[in-house]
Amino acid sequence: MGNNISLLLVVVPLIAAPVVAVLPRGRLPWAVALVVTFLCVLFAGMQLWGVLNGGMISYELGGWAPPWGIEYRIDAVNAFVALIVAGIAAVTLPYALLSVEKEIPEDQIPLFYSALLLCLTGLLGITQTGDIFNIFVFLEISSLSSYALISLGRKRQALTSAYQYLIMGTIGATFFLIGVGLIYSQTGTLNMQDLTIRLPEVIHLKTVNTGFAFIMIGVALKLALFPLHLWLPNAYAYAPSVVTVFLAATATKVAVYVMLRLLFTVFPDSFVLATHAKDLFIVAGIAGIIIASIYAIYQRSVKRLLAYSSVAQIGYMVLGIGFASATGVTAALIHLFNHALMKGALFMAVGAIIYRVGACHMKDIHGLGREMPWTFGAIIIGSMSLVGVPGTAGFISKWYLVSAALEQGAWISVAVILFGSLLAVVYVGKVVEALYFKPVTESGRSATEAPLLLLAPTWVLVFANIYFGLDTELTVGVAEKATAILGVVNP
Amino acid sequence: MKPNLILHVVSKFLIPLIILFALYVQFHGDFGPGGGFQAGVIFSAALILYALVFGLDAAEKIIPSHLLRILASLGLLIYAGVGVVALLLGANYLDYTVLGSNQIAGQHLGILLVELGVGITVAAVMLIIYFAFAGRGRE
Repeated sequence: MGNNISLLLVVVPLIAAPVVAVLPRGRLPWAVALVVTFLCVLFAGMQLWGVLNGGMISYELGGWAPPWGIEYRIDAVNAFVALIVAGIAAVTLPYALLSVEKEIPEDQIPLFYSALLLCLTGLLGITQTGDIFNIFVFLEISSLSSYALISLGRKRQALTSAYQYLIMGTIGATFFLIGVGLIYSQTGTLNMQDLTIRLPEVIHLKTVNTGFAFIMIGVALKLALFPLHLWLPNAYAYAPSVVTVFLAATATKVAVYVMLRLLFTVFPDSFVLATHAKDLFIVAGIAGIIIASIYAIYQRSVKRLLAYSSVAQIGYMVLGIGFASATGVTAALIHLFNHALMKGALFMAVGAIIYRVGACHMKDIHGLGREMPWTFGAIIIGSMSLVGVPGTAGFISKWYLVSAALEQGAWISVAVILFGSLLAVVYVGKVVEALYFKPVTESGRSATEAPLLLLAPTWVLVFANIYFGLDTELTVGVAEKATAILGVVNP
Repeated sequence: MKPNLILHVVSKFLIPLIILFALYVQFHGDFGPGGGFQAGVIFSAALILYALVFGLDAAEKIIPSHLLRILASLGLLIYAGVGVVALLLGANYLDYTVLGSNQIAGQHLGILLVELGVGITVAAVMLIIYFAFAGRGRE
């Protein structure tokens, strides 16, 4: 059985997706999807436990031995990211029931859950596979289903933002594929483990360098690295609440994982350190943190504000990657986990507000904090985590990031990280001000606290934010192990 | 739609040939060029030609849209199911060798079933896309 768990993690949602698509309307599609995501989180947990105790897992699909066949290759890095993805899916699904019933036309609900499961399949597949072309395939599975999911938003702008994401995402995927093709032409292999062995011989070739650039740009588009983030704010703002929660907490994280894996495992360290890629990452990270945070301050819709904040948070992760040191990558991995928790909680709380008042513009939410105290509480704690208040998960990631910057004497980066936190105080402060200190509007007065089914998953993530802010054994421990496996050099 | 004798006669002559060719491409795919994807597209082309000449309503009588959704799902399930059967027989996922009495028979049967699944899904999805676009003006 052992290794089959790694396979079932991808195959179970893959098989469930077509089944859910043909189920009758009603709550059955949701129930099946719920069971599947719980199974996935169970498998992902067992997988991480197995990897931490027994070492790497390798699974040969179709019985074809790597490097010829496709291999699922799981170490602490993938297992960690897979657990994040599956965990967020399992928290999102209970939340989905009521929110989806309110926001999605009834006849499309089975298809909605089918697309959500396909998206989960794609994201989990990216984390599991050890084959670079397979990453592209799963990237497309997850992207195509997320375009469909975003387009289901209630406003008409959802269609244009899904289309915008479709164009940008396809350009990203094409760049990635061109890069893979160029590297394949020089090495003759697609297996990432094999690439690690063969790339050093050909690394001086222009073709390989060009391939590297194409792949990095492609992945940067997918992870919405500033200034390639233009698709993200609209996509997150107009997607149905559940889709925003799921994508914000998983999709960009998986892209960050791909970038880490390629930079530090596949390409030789000496090459990565010699290129300007890491300097570019630091510049893009710094620019993302400052500019996207300033953009966030001026947003009038809470969802867009949080979306711009996501771009800024991705800046922190990329900054960590740019340091190319063990502490930097550990910080990026920790922030990857913690950001999934805080943005998941915040978008869920905003989704609860949308469930009650049907909108999330600043003027629509005036005074709602007093009408919906539990939702407001979730927003407060989520925001504190986003800012990085001690005692929350956000503090841990900022702490490691600042340590990584200090280690290299990068004083500008330290200043930027701290300044970014101040900007975060300003933009979440705007939300809190509107929610609590403004007089309640006419339509808002009738709003009551969100139903328990929306609040419970939100608070699960809120408590996770506090828990992982106090007990860092899982996050930091696994992230440090993962960093050791990625083979990051300390220059 | 105004009936056009030439179109009716020619397409009634062509449609069986197109379907026959689709089946050839489908089942010859494991020996020569072809396979489920190409066969599915050719198969759906036959039905799309029928819909173009005889009208959408006539085409939907042959293959109603709720059936198409089931077929699209069924194809994917056949593909994934073959993998699961291999898994249950004790081999790795999609390892067809265990499906037959020897390696060649097993691999042959496996790829045949997988391609069949691909063919069904592709044909159904092509028709869903066509009906979705062609049916837009009706409501």
